[in-house]
Amino acid sequence: MTGVYAWLLLMPATILLAAFTHYPTIATFVQSLFSNKTVFRPSRFVGLDNYRAIFDDPVFFKVMQNTLLFALGTVPLSIILALLMAIWVNKHIPGRGFVRLAYFTPTILPMIAVANIWLFFYTPDIGLLDQLSALFGGQGHNWLGDSRTVLGCLMVMTIWKEAGFFMIFYLAALQTHPPELEEAARLEGASRITFFWRVTFPLLMPTTLFVFINALLNSFKLVDHLFILTKGGPDNASNLLLYYIYENAFSFFDTANAATLTVVLLALLATLAILQFTILDKRIHYR
Amino acid sequence: MKKQFGYSEALAAWLLAIIWIAPLLYAFWAAFHPDEFAVRFDLFAPLTLSQFKVAWQQAPFLRYYLNTFILVSMILAGQLLLCTLAAYAFARFEFRGREVMFALVLVQLMIVPEVLIVQNYSTLASFNLIDTITGIGLPYMASAFGIFLLRQSFKTIPRELEEAARMEGCGVLGVLWRVYVPCARPTYLAYALVSVSYHWNNFLWPLVVTNSVETRPLTVGLAIFGAPESGVDWSVISAGTLLAVAPLLLAFFLFQRQFVQSFLHAGIK
Amino acid sequence: MKKSGRLLTLAIVFLTCMAFGVSAQAEQTKLTMYYPVAVGGPLTKIVDSMIADFEKANPDIDVAAIYAGNYNDARIKALAALKSGKPAQLSVMFSIDIYDLIEQDAIVPFEEFAETDEDRAWLKSFYPALMENGMTMGKTWGIPFQRSTIVMYYNKDMFREAGLDPEKPPQTWEELATMGKKLTTKDRWGAMIPSTGYPYWMFGALCKQNGEVLMDGDGKRTFFNKKGVVEALTFWNDLSAKHGVMPKGAIEWSTLRQNFLEGKTAIMWHSTGNLTTVKKKAKFDFGVAMLPASKMRGTPTGGGNFYIFKRTKPEERKAAMRLIKFMTSPERSAEWSMKTGYIGISAAAYKTAALEKYITDFPPAKVARDQLQYATAELSTFQTGRVRKLLDDAIQAALTGKKTPEKALGDAQKSAERILKPYR
Repeated sequence: MTGVYAWLLLMPATILLAAFTHYPTIATFVQSLFSNKTVFRPSRFVGLDNYRAIFDDPVFFKVMQNTLLFALGTVPLSIILALLMAIWVNKHIPGRGFVRLAYFTPTILPMIAVANIWLFFYTPDIGLLDQLSALFGGQGHNWLGDSRTVLGCLMVMTIWKEAGFFMIFYLAALQTHPPELEEAARLEGASRITFFWRVTFPLLMPTTLFVFINALLNSFKLVDHLFILTKGGPDNASNLLLYYIYENAFSFFDTANAATLTVVLLALLATLAILQFTILDKRIHYR
Repeated sequence: MKKQFGYSEALAAWLLAIIWIAPLLYAFWAAFHPDEFAVRFDLFAPLTLSQFKVAWQQAPFLRYYLNTFILVSMILAGQLLLCTLAAYAFARFEFRGREVMFALVLVQLMIVPEVLIVQNYSTLASFNLIDTITGIGLPYMASAFGIFLLRQSFKTIPRELEEAARMEGCGVLGVLWRVYVPCARPTYLAYALVSVSYHWNNFLWPLVVTNSVETRPLTVGLAIFGAPESGVDWSVISAGTLLAVAPLLLAFFLFQRQFVQSFLHAGIK
Repeated sequence: MKKSGRLLTLAIVFLTCMAFGVSAQAEQTKLTMYYPVAVGGPLTKIVDSMIADFEKANPDIDVAAIYAGNYNDARIKALAALKSGKPAQLSVMFSIDIYDLIEQDAIVPFEEFAETDEDRAWLKSFYPALMENGMTMGKTWGIPFQRSTIVMYYNKDMFREAGLDPEKPPQTWEELATMGKKLTTKDRWGAMIPSTGYPYWMFGALCKQNGEVLMDGDGKRTFFNKKGVVEALTFWNDLSAKHGVMPKGAIEWSTLRQNFLEGKTAIMWHSTGNLTTVKKKAKFDFGVAMLPASKMRGTPTGGGNFYIFKRTKPEERKAAMRLIKFMTSPERSAEWSMKTGYIGISAAAYKTAALEKYITDFPPAKVARDQLQYATAELSTFQTGRVRKLLDDAIQAALTGKKTPEKALGDAQKSAERILKPYR
């Protein structure tokens, strides 16, 4: 009897989850095995041809490289900054309220809105960055127009957006640490740095792992700013996987290619999930 | 007692804070000054509200507010309803396949709806839900995060409370509404704030689904309003940006403590 | 019972919202059209007021004109609307979308409902250069509306300062380089040609000036690796790499106008659609000139055409025709041209008293029209989005120094061949 109740309670959520998570995952995979339908040619089964096609596509490799670089660049730095922010805000520094507010504000601003403001920072010659560097006699730089700097610029903006959010998780963890620990350590004569590495950091390890996974996940799904700032350019120097999927599906009407690329993204996420469930201690977050 | 905090460290914390708030400060600067000062900083620049006037006239902000408001409340209501029911089942019922079902739910923590835009778009199209606010909301209503969070919260509630309610003659749903839901109130608040701020700011999926003014939420409206192709006019765009974020920002400044506490709460779980 | 009231409230809120969400869809109008904006100024307001005038003159037709973002967004949204339950009957979309729209079976040629001699004469009333991107397979699929060419904006004050004659802007590529050098100082650049947004468009101008076109007339072949085309990209790149008159790297389409207005560049190439905004905001004496020549003058046309969708009822098509005729009439075209800078689309538009006077008072307004005699079609092929991106990427790769112009264009041509071969 309780079984019937349970299933009834689960049903609405299950239907929606199946419709918008499980079914599309499978359907995407199936779609990736078929060719596009156009007026001239019907869709047909092509096996792994679509996969062959993306491996022939130099843009795909560029995009994958960017996506990984983007993750590598944003994840560790956001985490370090978040930790630093949390430690500072957890202490009684003067004006703590304002500092915490400042750190956290980017989290509640839409990426799409702040992208336009960052566009101003990066604009050559008249932008804030170049105006500042001009004060010190620097030369203007074409930040977003240079394929060497464009991805870095996007990373800086992403770190700015994300660090305050991750700070919250660290702050939550820090607040559970008993203050006696630190006092005891101080009595023993341990420096703050030693204390941090010996006590605080190990205690924060579960949080770090949790934040790490989330940051990685975000680095794959956060592409809003590309719509305003670069559209993936110049020459795909800032194109990321999810944006490339969007381009393929909605600009080029190439659903087969889009589905194939989505499968690649799903594979990345699956790896991430496996990582989470095997390497991380299950008890910490999901049991 | 030794000083807990060096001046240099406080200075660094402040410096970082100022850098972090700078983009917002700039938006205020550009929005409240004539446009020739958008790229020039002059302490004595005259103040003006005309940028807001222009922005307000250039895009139907009222309609966008309404759309975002409907969207956010619909998603939240749907989430609270569906996640409560599902979390209750996972927390307090023994049934075959529970572990498998829970694992299937958790899949969504990784495979977020953003990843599946292409397929979900065609699913919506087959139900004629493209360009509807409902269409934007549907994929988010069964939220694995919500189910997970509430299940954790329900599990901490002592069984005795439930038994007492049963003695008074409550049925399955009665127990849920009279015992579990009230006890999990902090979790609900936390989840609600996280959900509202997430969907207020969400962009990619609404962009894909909406075609018209009647359905566009603020973010999409803002992106179209400030499309760089039209030649960036930072003053007006900043004014538009502030208009778009104002309600959330205001709520955040007023209820800062609750916001941060809520995110903390959601983060701990 | 108070507690279960909560459930009820929640359910009601939820259902009301659902109802709202769906009912927003039910708002129906007789004609729905999408339109894009790709240049500065309050263009949406201008379109809205023209539509309002139309509705006043035609009370039996109700038009919902939806601003959809840039050209790409407009196409995506219009086609998405066709697939969903809420179709549009007509739209202004990129002139180069023609092949994609045909391939998607989305549009009908205007010959199908040009029944009277008057209609047929109307089809021939526009500047022929503007019709090139609207015609293929012997039919007319697009009617010109917000059409442009690239023009050269230059800062006359800076010309004077550099000892140049402000009435003699560069006429040739060499002059662009030499004058550019004189105009370049520590604080500003000599010239800027935007290379994001629509790089292939700017490139089309350079190619035409060098006597080349980028594709054939039926959208199935591209000529990216021809010698003259490579030369054109080499020249573009040389402007920064060799002559040092243009900044290195990609130059942002959207912020270029600001750069020009802030005096960070003496010359910019941009759409004529920006003219009115530049006129309003420039705090210096500026001029507008035709683009310089290598072997000849040249520019692609650009901008948006009216299309009518296939899935429309006969009476909707008639209404759509009335709307298009209204919006493209000489008086409206003249009004549109004066308010934006876009080209008046017919000779008749330039014969209206209003536009005639405007041009006499403000001669820069006629440059774009005069340049039409040297104009060619804008890059448009089957799979336009993809082919165009190939060329855009190649241009940016060359300008950012990733590849030589020859290599970049050769690669692009190879990929374009692969995409277009099945269509031949």
